[in-house]
Amino acid sequence: MFFTSYSFIIFLSIIFLLYYLIPKRLQWPLLLIASYIFYGFAGIKYFTYIVLTTISTYIVGLKIGNLYKEESKYLKENKGILSRVELKEYRTTSKSIRWKWLLFCMLLNFGILGVTKYTNFTISNINFILAKLGSGRQLGFLDIALPMGISFYTFKSMGYIIDVYRGKYEPERNIFKFALFVSFFPQIIQGPISRFDDLSETLFKEHNFDIKNFNDGMIRILWGFFKKLVIADRILVGVNTIIRNPDTYQGAFVFIGMLFYAYQLYADFTGGIDITIGISQVLGIKIKENFDRPYFSKNIAEYWRRWHITMGTWFKDYLFYPISVYKPMLNFSKYARRTFGDSIGKRLPVYISSIIVWFTTGIWHGASWNFIMWGLTNCFVILVSQELTPFYNWFHSKFNVKDKFLFRSFQVVRTILLMSAIRLFDCYRDVPMTFRMFGSMFTNFNVSDLFNGSLLNLGLSFADYIVLLIGLVILTTVSLIQRKGSVRDRLYKKPAILRYSVYYVLIVSIIVFGAYGVGYDSSQFIYNQF
Amino acid sequence: MEDLLEILEDLHPDIDFETHEALIDQQVLDSFDIVTLIAEIDSVFDVTIPAEEIIPENFNSAKALYKLIERLSDY
Amino acid sequence: MTKKRIITFVSFICVLLASLFLLQKLFMPKYVHGIVEGSLIEEYYTEEEKNHDIIFIGDCEVYENFSPITLWENYGITSYIRGSAQQLIWQSYYLLEETLKYETPKVAVFNVLAMMYDEPQKEAYNRMTLDGMKMSSSKINSIKASMMEDESIIDYFIPLFRYHSRWSELENDDFKYLFKKENLFHNGYYMRADVKPVTSIPKGKKLPDYRFGENAYDYLDRMVELCKSKGIELVLIKAPSLYPYWYDEWDEQMVEYAKKHDLLYINFLNHIDEIGLNFEEDTYDAGLHLNVYGAEKLADYFGRILVKKFDLEDKRNDEKLKKIWDSKIEFYNEMKEKQLKEIEEYGYIKSLAPNPGQ
Repeated sequence: MFFTSYSFIIFLSIIFLLYYLIPKRLQWPLLLIASYIFYGFAGIKYFTYIVLTTISTYIVGLKIGNLYKEESKYLKENKGILSRVELKEYRTTSKSIRWKWLLFCMLLNFGILGVTKYTNFTISNINFILAKLGSGRQLGFLDIALPMGISFYTFKSMGYIIDVYRGKYEPERNIFKFALFVSFFPQIIQGPISRFDDLSETLFKEHNFDIKNFNDGMIRILWGFFKKLVIADRILVGVNTIIRNPDTYQGAFVFIGMLFYAYQLYADFTGGIDITIGISQVLGIKIKENFDRPYFSKNIAEYWRRWHITMGTWFKDYLFYPISVYKPMLNFSKYARRTFGDSIGKRLPVYISSIIVWFTTGIWHGASWNFIMWGLTNCFVILVSQELTPFYNWFHSKFNVKDKFLFRSFQVVRTILLMSAIRLFDCYRDVPMTFRMFGSMFTNFNVSDLFNGSLLNLGLSFADYIVLLIGLVILTTVSLIQRKGSVRDRLYKKPAILRYSVYYVLIVSIIVFGAYGVGYDSSQFIYNQF
Repeated sequence: MEDLLEILEDLHPDIDFETHEALIDQQVLDSFDIVTLIAEIDSVFDVTIPAEEIIPENFNSAKALYKLIERLSDY
Repeated sequence: MTKKRIITFVSFICVLLASLFLLQKLFMPKYVHGIVEGSLIEEYYTEEEKNHDIIFIGDCEVYENFSPITLWENYGITSYIRGSAQQLIWQSYYLLEETLKYETPKVAVFNVLAMMYDEPQKEAYNRMTLDGMKMSSSKINSIKASMMEDESIIDYFIPLFRYHSRWSELENDDFKYLFKKENLFHNGYYMRADVKPVTSIPKGKKLPDYRFGENAYDYLDRMVELCKSKGIELVLIKAPSLYPYWYDEWDEQMVEYAKKHDLLYINFLNHIDEIGLNFEEDTYDAGLHLNVYGAEKLADYFGRILVKKFDLEDKRNDEKLKKIWDSKIEFYNEMKEKQLKEIEEYGYIKSLAPNPGQ
């Protein structure tokens, strides 16, 4: 059930209605039922996975939580009685038991994710090596379907279990509440990857119908549909034409394609998240934002703090920091400083952690070398610009450009182009092809391609371009207004007539200009045989 | 405290760390800085800051960070 | 305050629904030029005297091959053709069911070519048959039976969702015929006065299986039942179109079926000479469909059989009917003349061309 399907809209209307009609204490159970129904639409066979993750994380969470409680109690009671060494020893043993439980839970759940997502990728790599070695043997691929939302719910659950391990909060004692946290339907497909302490604040509460929340949520949902249906799904045709025909479309077209893809991805992803957050808001549930106008970033590192924020912070909190401050890593750093000198020694831990994190981020996005390369390229660019910081500082002070509008615009455009170019990995069939296409932008760039009418052969008509252009203007304008705070808050203070006009324009333009349904094509109606 | 301020000033010479109260919230320190900082603290104070202590409250000011170091060296 | 809020909200909904309704009207294809066949089904509802002796149902082999005007002129029989492009047998069945809610004819005529299809074929043709129908249980059942796998019933209930993307290809016709269309047909007959002789008759390709599908037979059975329950005589015909190829194996099945159910079945392909059809002159598209000359000959031939077999009364002396049909005849002759003039002037029927110079 896609967000943009009729069945989802009907499903959602029923949930909204029921949610505020039933007794309030039944609100979160209703969401659990709804989430499981939503999940069931994807296929009953996937239930095993999500239920297994839910139960295992729930039980281990309780276990670790109890251990932590006992530990704190023991430490408190024996403070002053036992010596510091004894206390430390106790802590270490107790922590290692907790750690074993955590490890078990992570191995199990990341194991499920790994097997379902990466088995066939691993097999294809083994086959490649076998072939290189001259072996005639090839392994067969397994027929494993990827359970819906597994990357997201696994990360949510594992974030939870690590937090419980760290004693950040107590484990959830109600398994149904925990099941709802794992499966909450608006965010199961594409996030955001909420943290338990964040989400549980409003998820299990009783909510009164609130007209402002409803208004804001609905507008957010419509805004999401607008981005997704009017823009993303429309430009999709053009993107596909270019990237699926790399022999025909090179040079200038690769450039156009990468810009189109930047536009599509932004509209699609942020639109989907708008729908998610909007739905939650109508239900009175607060979800952390996942984007902060990322295309206004001045460099890649900043971009990654503003794009898919919940994923970035997940990797930072649960992967980057733990490896960076892992004792052996720190010792290695000390060793490296002694051996290679201060400047290299200081960098090594950061570099190693960064590479691991970006490799993982890459493969998390998809089981292919393209994504791995994509992640590593991001890492490379970030590290290079980190190294260039002194140069930038010198440049900024020398030319006094730092806060000049033009220079800032240049930085923004540079970041967009750079990110779009890196994303080519995401577009083309394999890594060599990506490099070839990237190269063709420099060797084979014909400006005339852009003006000889070829752009009208990409599956986008002139009218489509107009819509896309107007969409771009609207999106940019809204983003610019957002700098001064919530657009919806400002709108809410305006007269009702203006608010309703916004509703009206959004609804009508989604219905009319949305790229959905059977494309009316009059050629279909050509009366040929009967 | 002196040692800590020295480490911090090494990272960002232009910031007055004695008075700054929002090092994380205002993005003065990014994740690279934090990791470098932790490595320095590890070698200077012989205190390892575990990942779960990397939260804004502990890193927003030099004072808070120093308190954290004291607390951790307590054990 | 709350009251004011509710009023604002309700008026917002009303304005929204009204504009969506208008947009829907605007975006629905008008089928006034080019593919006019899409207008066939809805034109029935504008008929003032829904009381006919004969109702035809079926595909283009009925609505382009029989002229009801001739049936009236020569025999005083009133008839209406509820035909549409590639009308599938379940669509014919539900269309007949719907028509019987308005009137009870003496004879229902079904063209059996549709037996060759056992499952939905093409969304575009579904649309031309279904969009024109008024909402009714028959329409809903017909939609359900006709939908292709990737279609949604909601798109039929709210055609705006289907046709919204026409915003970029709106034509003058869409505004001109927003609310009202002129009549284009003659009791469901689509007139063509042009001629394109048959040059070659394609042979039928060998089929793996000649047996009509179960689904098709099921609806034929239901059609027989329906007519029986209303006391209507069902006549099965195969129009004398040379193509699509009508296999002997198919014909045998129909002969057998008619015999079993005691129905009249006429395969006009066997009577081309008696009808007087000349495929040099009587077809406008090389044998697929008859033109108006052919349709008049066929109607005359079929009328004779019908009168004889079912004892139909000659109503030409009925004053009220005469008045109605006189104006129909006038419209018929006008159109024929107009088409002939256009053919003479431009070499083709300009008013039926897809993009008429306005």
